[in-house]
Amino acid sequence: MNAKTSNNIATGVISAFVVIVVAILLFLLGYILFTGMPHVSVHFLTSAAQTFASGGGIRDQLFNSLYLLVLTLIISFPIALGSGIYLSEYAPNNWFTNILRTAIEVLSSLPSVVVGLFGYLLFVIQFGMGFSIFAGAIALTFFNLPLLTRSIEESLHDVPDLQREAGLSLGLSNWETITGIVLPAAVPGILTGIILSAGRVFGEAAALIYTAGQSAPMVNYGNWDIFSPSSFLNPMRPAETLAVHIWKVNTEGVTPGAAAISAGSSAVLIIVILIFNLGARFLGTRLYQKMTASKAK
Amino acid sequence: MKKRSFFSALVTFAAVGVLLAGCGNSSSKSSSGSSSSAGSTTKITAVGSTALQPLVEQAAANYQNENSGANISVQGGGSGTGLSQVSSGAVTIGDSDVFAEQQAGINASKLVDHKVAVVGMTPVVNKSAGVTNLTMAQLKKVFTGKVTNWNQVGGKNEKITIINRAQGSGTRATFEGAVLKGAKAVKSQEQDSNGTVQKIVSTTPGAVSYLAFSYVNNKVQALSVNGVKPTYANVETNKWKIWSYEHMYTKGKPNKSAAAFLKYMDSSKVQSSLVKKLGYLSIHAMKVTKDATGAVTKG
Amino acid sequence: MEDIKKGSNMPKDDVSTKKIADDIKKSLKAPSKATHQDYFGRAISYVCIGFVGVLVVSILYFVATKGLATFTQNHVNLWSFLSGQNWNPGTLDAHGQPEVGALPMIVTSFSVTLLSAIIATPFAIAVALFMTEISPNKGSKYLQPVIELLVGIPSVVYGFIGLSVIVPMLRHFFGGTGFGILAGTLVLFVMVLPTITSLSIDSIKAVPLYYREASLALGATRWQTIYKVVLRAAAPGLMTAIIFGMARAFGEALAVQMVIGNAVLMPKGLMSPASTLTSQLTTEIGNTTMGTLPNNALWSLALILLLMSLFFNILVRIIGKKGTMSK
Repeated sequence: MNAKTSNNIATGVISAFVVIVVAILLFLLGYILFTGMPHVSVHFLTSAAQTFASGGGIRDQLFNSLYLLVLTLIISFPIALGSGIYLSEYAPNNWFTNILRTAIEVLSSLPSVVVGLFGYLLFVIQFGMGFSIFAGAIALTFFNLPLLTRSIEESLHDVPDLQREAGLSLGLSNWETITGIVLPAAVPGILTGIILSAGRVFGEAAALIYTAGQSAPMVNYGNWDIFSPSSFLNPMRPAETLAVHIWKVNTEGVTPGAAAISAGSSAVLIIVILIFNLGARFLGTRLYQKMTASKAK
Repeated sequence: MKKRSFFSALVTFAAVGVLLAGCGNSSSKSSSGSSSSAGSTTKITAVGSTALQPLVEQAAANYQNENSGANISVQGGGSGTGLSQVSSGAVTIGDSDVFAEQQAGINASKLVDHKVAVVGMTPVVNKSAGVTNLTMAQLKKVFTGKVTNWNQVGGKNEKITIINRAQGSGTRATFEGAVLKGAKAVKSQEQDSNGTVQKIVSTTPGAVSYLAFSYVNNKVQALSVNGVKPTYANVETNKWKIWSYEHMYTKGKPNKSAAAFLKYMDSSKVQSSLVKKLGYLSIHAMKVTKDATGAVTKG
Repeated sequence: MEDIKKGSNMPKDDVSTKKIADDIKKSLKAPSKATHQDYFGRAISYVCIGFVGVLVVSILYFVATKGLATFTQNHVNLWSFLSGQNWNPGTLDAHGQPEVGALPMIVTSFSVTLLSAIIATPFAIAVALFMTEISPNKGSKYLQPVIELLVGIPSVVYGFIGLSVIVPMLRHFFGGTGFGILAGTLVLFVMVLPTITSLSIDSIKAVPLYYREASLALGATRWQTIYKVVLRAAAPGLMTAIIFGMARAFGEALAVQMVIGNAVLMPKGLMSPASTLTSQLTTEIGNTTMGTLPNNALWSLALILLLMSLFFNILVRIIGKKGTMSK
């Protein structure tokens, strides 16, 4: 077999694999959207959930999911960024760094229920936070950190050394080079990390049952005082996210039409994630163009 | 300039994080501080049984609407979690499907039981099995694995697939107490929630399991046992044997606000409307009582 | 300081020139603002990694102490825990020992994780290659957002789709109940696909363009370039991608639990119902009381899970190292 034929065969095989994956993806998305979209309406998005009467919506759960995502990113992103910078720029190549890396990766394989119980015993009970969005955000930080740190580290690492050398030779300090040259160049890779971890936040249920809780008390969207227990912004209130809601109506829900709510919520969740991904990508490209001299890829 | 703005954004990010952490701590402190002074704003946390959760959650919502000062948080986590957390004093109320005496590792003498509802359970089969009635002895044989095909108990020629409940779950404890009476269930599939069991039984040919009354729908076949139909009326008189209480435990005597809420749970507002809507039986409708050992007495 | 004191006795001109000279000397010798910033930045990154380290250590310690309690407090024999096939923590066996044999779950977890990773990796790498080497424009515009979308679908939804699509399908083709290792593997395959693909894309993209240019200039075909240059250069990154994918498969519980049958039995084949470490853990933990044997035994499962994932991690790392060196 000559090189040309094998090239063609390989391209064919790769394309076939891609077609299969695309088929699976389309099927999944189609299945979720087709079963879910008929149940989505303005009323569904803007009314509160009902425990046992039909016609409940997902307003609070949807907001809680978004709010939890923002809080989680606020907590985990700076830490992951710092750690990523350390691992990529400062860490000596020795056994200690290797152990650190391995430990972070092992952390990401912990089942969510373990992280949930850990968060429950430590934050909810020990630190007296109670069931709260904040405790949930910390628990989710545990999930986020490994993936986020790893992808930040990799994308920093992938910035060619030429750029660093150029920065240093211009008389910039190490830190200035990192924040001014390397970091902006790594923005697209960092974004992938954020988007992947955001997806995990949206989809997580088991860890949140024990930390953020699985009941959504009534909140007042006009109350902007974040210390008031009824305020929608209060991070110390218990909150049920969309994924937890889906889990709940599927397992112990006695709501009439639980299947419809679950299907509708899944569809909404997918659309929200899609909007978030596209938005993040759009912002990221703009940021990348603004901070570096290059055009977006 | 650009890099500086990026850097400052980074610092702001971190600062916001720290700030949030700070205010998180302070507000939690203030809430725990207020709970010690038993005033009208005392926070009640009820944790435990996922089966009982919808009832307590809805009751709590109604209660808070009527009493503006009340602050009740209802969460799931499982009966075991509820009992161990209320024993350690971490939460105000522990919701449980089982008597505290039945749960290993719990000192039941410290806990005060408040029974809030009765739940009836029924064996269910996939409609293809062709069975609508079994004797108690047959049911026992099915779940202990002595009978493996539905045609041995009067159904179609179809293999029996047992879907059991999670080992420590209250539903399983009740079912095994009433049906197996000490015999060991055969190893089989286990699921931990009514919703999943219902879905699996309705789609798997030959599947058998058991569900709380409120989860039985037209997609699964509820079984009569010894000719007795699984109805609320039959549970009230103990003609239907498979039922249990839903408990809300407090550590020692409940404090003022918890006592008020528990009283509300027992009131006719909850017992005669909410409890029924959610498919439970009112605790007041029962003509018999059951104790932790399973002994039933009239009255 | 002494200079200034002495200076007070000197004529005025001298003092000022001396001072200026001193200032220059000082400013040249002292760390500049940039250096301070550098220290500051370095310190921040050290604090962050320190924080991550503390988190990792604390949760590992937490799981380890709870998991080891089965052996230290309840005096369960480690070997019988690992090799026993009966899992019934609430009851005692004939010798008065609690029935805690975790072998069926260990084997099942091991098989579903490995199988799903083996199936998913070629697909993920093919997609990644398609999106980076073959058709970067279409790929990154449409395919990537959709793939990343899949990460956010809650496990419950995967579980239910598995239950309503995969299980009946397998029942139709292979008979039996449809619940089993194969169903679990297929659900996990879809779940880990986005993770492995996204991370693979990043690591393939990171291979410098001039590697490819050099290879093509030597007359290599696109496939030769991909196979001999790009994939080799990206190997460590691909390994990381696979590790994260397997980690997700390992830790996944809710979806697997619904389709695998969740029966603690030694798996006899791909179609027999079984139970993974995580599904058992998630099912039971809410029903047990903290500090009792059934609860401790579940934490031991979590510990085993950690150790196994550590083992996988190291294994993949070793393989990855070999891959990069044999160019």
